[in-house]
This record gives sequence, structure tokens and C-alpha cells, in this order.
Amino acid sequence: MLAAATVRRRRPSRRGGPTPYVLMAPAVVLLVLFLLVPIGYTVYLSLRANRVTGGGLGIRRETFVGLENYASVLTDSAYVDGVLRMLLYGVIVVPSMLGLALLFALLLDTPRVRFGAFSRIGIFLPYAVPGVIASLLWGFLYLPDVSPIRDTFEWLGLPAPDFLAPGTVLFSVANIGVWGGVGFNMIVLFTALRGLPPEMYEAARIDGANEVQIALRVKVPLIMPAIVMTGIFAMISTLQVYTEPATLQPLTDTVSQTWVPLMTIYRDAFVNADIYSAAAASVVLALGTLAVSVAVLTLLQRRAFGRDR
Amino acid sequence: MTTTLTARPTVPEAVSTKRERGSRTRWVPTALLLLGAFYCLAPVLWVAIAATKGPSELFSTFSFWPSFHGGFQYNVTNLLDFRDGVFLRWALNSLLYAGVGAVLSVAVSTIAGYALAKYEFVGRELIFMTILAGVLVPQITLAVPQYLLMSELNLVNSYWSVLLPSIISPYGIYLSRIYAASVVSDDMLEAGRIDGAGEYRLAWKVGLPPMIPGMVTLLLLQFVAIWNNFLLPYIMISDDRRFPMTVGLFTMLNQGASQPALYSLVVMGVFLSVLPLVALFLFLQRYWRLDLVSGGVKG
Repeated sequence: MLAAATVRRRRPSRRGGPTPYVLMAPAVVLLVLFLLVPIGYTVYLSLRANRVTGGGLGIRRETFVGLENYASVLTDSAYVDGVLRMLLYGVIVVPSMLGLALLFALLLDTPRVRFGAFSRIGIFLPYAVPGVIASLLWGFLYLPDVSPIRDTFEWLGLPAPDFLAPGTVLFSVANIGVWGGVGFNMIVLFTALRGLPPEMYEAARIDGANEVQIALRVKVPLIMPAIVMTGIFAMISTLQVYTEPATLQPLTDTVSQTWVPLMTIYRDAFVNADIYSAAAASVVLALGTLAVSVAVLTLLQRRAFGRDR
Repeated sequence: MTTTLTARPTVPEAVSTKRERGSRTRWVPTALLLLGAFYCLAPVLWVAIAATKGPSELFSTFSFWPSFHGGFQYNVTNLLDFRDGVFLRWALNSLLYAGVGAVLSVAVSTIAGYALAKYEFVGRELIFMTILAGVLVPQITLAVPQYLLMSELNLVNSYWSVLLPSIISPYGIYLSRIYAASVVSDDMLEAGRIDGAGEYRLAWKVGLPPMIPGMVTLLLLQFVAIWNNFLLPYIMISDDRRFPMTVGLFTMLNQGASQPALYSLVVMGVFLSVLPLVALFLFLQRYWRLDLVSGGVKG
């Protein structure tokens, strides 16, 4: 694939005069308006704050405060706790979601499996359920008064687990993320598996390799680029987790208003009307995500693709 | 890997012959898959059952058994009457945001991706790097500044405030570029140019047709992304008659904390909001070209 790409790129494309600019215009205008301008404006705001100036009866006025907002964001224990919680959430969600997705994709690709179409559609179905709705749904399943899981435990005479206790709530939220994401990633990986030429593992099969060996030694390495892609996107989306905890928040006291960074940003901007702190916190979060993604991408690309593209 | 030159279509024939060979079912993989399907379907099943229960039954009856005491009708009628029928408006709003937003987004992404793939022009790499950075920057961290921008433009609380930011999709442009590079033939473009066809005519007649399958996939991805979006409309819209479904049900749940009778309506709302999207997916499954996402198409 990579060889083909370089060949195609080396062929001189046409300049086409003004045409490419006309075709690019809508995208560029929107990119500038809704990506670059907001980024620039956030950075600008993050360096400013409302300060009382002029002695006793001063007026509050927006002034330049340098990196003060960043200092207070980085020393705000609620924000830092939120960042750590989010990272822990990512460490739970990304491997379990991708692990399950890969497992299901490989199982679907195994010969002589029954009910494949049913399972595939069933596992994919949560993708059609918006994050808020998924959280409401699971919220009801967790809520002590209505929880069918607790009902089942009680019916079996077992102590009912509390899904919204301080020690368990992180896993309960992570479960919603895994539930919502596993199907889509499974389909992506399954599509990659189906795109492989079957002769690549026919030989291994004739040599007497069993399906597990074929899956781990032949199929997984071949779809590594797809696994890396899904991994990156899973990581980016966990770094912006907001919907699930924010939806569970009205149901339980265990989820605070600053549970994850985006909740803190939302609270600062819209509840406390302190857009300057919110801007600084946004910049920190965006830079952090960018740094983590680029680092992981570079590392994985070198290992998975063997060369730079 | 270097042998696969172009987009490799999925090979149903090969899979079916593979399945037919040998007749013994593998029960362990089958059981694991069914377990996975149960995990994914059980909550949806529960909500379908819970939707049959009125407010008094929801908290008192056994969860895995539907109720036939008129709870279903009660929930439907009361949900549809809730605040003068605002629920249906939320559904239509969701459809509007996701439908219009996805169509515009695909149009913008497709022509931009085509231009990036098929022309060399000054600033191309700069634009592409910006787009790549845009893929990696969490869109949601931009929501607050986008709000401030919208309030400068006096657009807060309007349909535009949700639609406009939804149109730009760095990921969509990125995928479109890869897809255009792989499916639009340079030779045909060259031949067209020799015959004296204009650039826009070429884009329309030669560039567009092979890109349609990719555009359909992108349309579905964008539709779901906008339909599922919560934070952007939550920030931008304060008038409940312009809420999409996600924000509407969330505010209803918030109210439920003080009025528990609303919970059974929320459950019904969740049930009704899941149905159309599930139907859409079952119907549109076959049109997906997800090798686009998994990197099976290389340019």
C-alpha cells in the first residue's frame, strides 16, 4: 500500500489555476472561523482576567495577567484530580474497549461460527445510542431503586452491589464508555479483517495452525494499522469524556461538578462566569491531548508501519 | 501488504465458502459472541420493558417483566403532552441538526478532499497540517470559545449556532482526501483535460461519481456524530423549543430529581429516541464502507 502511495504521489498533479482555491474556500473559511479563531481567542482569553482596579471603589476591568490563570489552573486540586481521574478512565476504557472489539472481530472472522450476523448487529447497536441516552439508560440500571441488576442479585440472595459508590463509580462510568464504543471499533476491525486476502492465512491453515494461532500470529499483525487508528481515536475521545459523568451527576452525589476536566471547564465558564479560567483550562487540556496523541502516534507508527509515511 | 494496490472490496464469496467448509459449529466463539450481544442488547431490552411501566410501577415491580396496566399508554400520552408537545419538536430538531449538518458537512469535506488530493497548489501542505491538527484537538475544548464567537455574532440560541460548527469536520476532510486519492483516476482527469474539459466539469463528471460510496459512509458517520452531540447544543441553546433530543431528555432528567414522576416519561423518551436510529442503521448497514475508516483505502 505504501509503495503505491508514493508512486501515485510522485506523479505530477496539475496546478489547475484558481480551481483548487475555489474548491477549498468553504472548508478554509469554516476552518478559520470555527477552529483557528476560537483557538486564538481562547489563548488570548487565557492570558486575561477581571481585576478590580483603582483603589477602594474600583471597577472590575479585563486586564492582561500573563500566565496567572495557568498557574491557578495547574495548582487547582479539583482540576488536577479531574485530569488524573480522566487518565485513569482512559487507562480502563481504551484497552478494554479495543480488546473486546478485537476479540469480537476475530471471533466473527472465525469459520463455522453461528449467529454471526445477529451478534454483529447486536454488538454494533449501542453505536446508534447517543452518549446522553446511553448514560441515562445505564444510570437507571445503576440506580438502587430501579436497578434490575440489583433486583437479580437480591433474587439470588446475594448482596447487591452499589454501582454509584465512591469506589465503583469510575468503573460504572467506564462501562458506559466501553458499551457505547465497542461495536463501532469491532466493525472497523472486522472490515479490515475481511479486506485481507484469504490466501494469506490459507497457507498457515494447511500447515496445521489452529484458528487461535492464525488469529494472533497472522491476522492481528496484518490489521495493525487499523488497530492503531482505532486506538488513537479511542484515546482522543476518552480525553474529552464529559457526557457520561455529566449525565450521571443528577442521579448521584458521588460524581462531583469537577469530576473530569471538561466538567470543570463547563462550570467555570457557565456557572461561575469565569471564562478566563475556563479558557486556560481548555488550552491545557487541548495541548495535553495534542501532545499525547502525537507522542502515541509517532511511537506506534514507527513500530506498526516500520517506516514513516 | 504492498500487493494490495487499491481499495479492496470486502469479499463475501470468499467468506461464505470458508463458512461452508466443514460443518461443525465452533461453540466457544459462538457463545462468546452471544454473550457480547447480550451485554450490548440487555440495557436496550430493559428500557423497552421499563417503558411499559407507569410512575408508580417503575420503582416497585420486578425489572425484567413488562407491565400491562396501561403504563405504556400513560407514558406515551404524557410524554407527548409534556410542555405542549415539546418532545416531538426535540425529535424534529435532532433530525434537522443531524440531517442538514451532515449533508453540508459531506459537501464541504468532499470538495475540499478532492482539491487536496488532485491539485498541487501553494498552501496545500499548510492547510492539510492544520486539518490534521484539527483532527487531534478535541472539538469539545473549542465549544466555549465557539460560544463566545457566536455571542459576538448574536447567533447564540439560534439553529445556526449548532449547525455552523457542525459543518466543519477535519476528520471528514482527511478521510475525503485519502478516498479521493485512491478512487479518482488521474488518467481520466488527464484525458478529460486533453479533450478540453473545464476543471469544474471534470470535478463533477470524473471526480464525483467514484467518490459517492465514501460520501455515503461519511454522511452516516457525520449524522451520528451530530445526532449524538451533547455539549455543543447544551452550551449554545437555552430555548427548550430548539433543543435536540439529547439536551431535552437531559433537562427532563434533571427535573426528575425533584419530580420523580417524570422518570417514567424519561424512560419512554429514551426508548422512543433509540428506535429511529436503530431502524436507520439496520436499513443502511449495507451501504457502509468502513474500510475507509480502518485504513483499508490508502492514497
